[in-house]
Amino acid sequence: MTLLLVALGGATGASLRFLTDLWVQARHDTGFPWGTLVVNAVGSLVLGFLAGAALFGAPLPVLQTALGVGLCGALTTFSTFGYESVRLLTGGQRLFGLLNVVGSVLVGLGSGVLGVVLAASIWH
Amino acid sequence: MASPAEARTVREPAGKAASAITWDVLAAVAAGGAIGSVLRWSTSLVWPGPASTFLVNVLGCLAIGVLMCVITELVTPHRLLRPFLGVGVLGGFTTFSTYVTDALRLALSAPLAALGYLLATVLCCLLAVFVGITATRALSRGLRREAA
Repeated sequence: MTLLLVALGGATGASLRFLTDLWVQARHDTGFPWGTLVVNAVGSLVLGFLAGAALFGAPLPVLQTALGVGLCGALTTFSTFGYESVRLLTGGQRLFGLLNVVGSVLVGLGSGVLGVVLAASIWH
Repeated sequence: MASPAEARTVREPAGKAASAITWDVLAAVAAGGAIGSVLRWSTSLVWPGPASTFLVNVLGCLAIGVLMCVITELVTPHRLLRPFLGVGVLGGFTTFSTYVTDALRLALSAPLAALGYLLATVLCCLLAVFVGITATRALSRGLRREAA
């Protein structure tokens, strides 16, 4: 059962990431990987919210597995983030690469904290 | 599949860009995402906590370096290979959201360990991508020289 939830969430998350990336990347021509940054921020926000919900006494085990492990895990990606960063860093766009690395981590952390705070404001 | 570079040249309304997405590509991404996520979840059962997240992220980064070098420099891949393996399996296997929440959870009890985890993951993952690309490139050159 858990395996099915993870698989279903993972299939949905990966599809949403793919569609979001196409949609976002079609909207600018700067070469900066905004698409990956957006999905990583959104996924971190949702997972932060779920972690906050568990922390403040509103455990949602089925949602934690399907949305947390499956959907958020697959919506966000480290491999594409890593590849895009290395491509920028080694391809003569060092500033973009550095901004992508530092920006992604900071935006991800900020989104995660925001998710926890949102959960706290509801349940705490 | 439209690579980010190809997608960037599309300057059409959302409807048109979206209609260019074919169902087999989306199905390949979804199937890969399911497989990658189940692999990541299985790893977390064997070895729970941030160590497992670190491991899958570094392994996934090494793999994407190898994959992208092979399909952009060495062979002409089947059109569903990158959506399935790159976007799907490796994208679903690696995770940024768990990396972030791992770090936040660690920060509550051990702020320094959280900072170490944040930096170590980023550095090892970037290095893994780089090693994946350069090792594959070197190996293919070596093999070609041997064959010649």
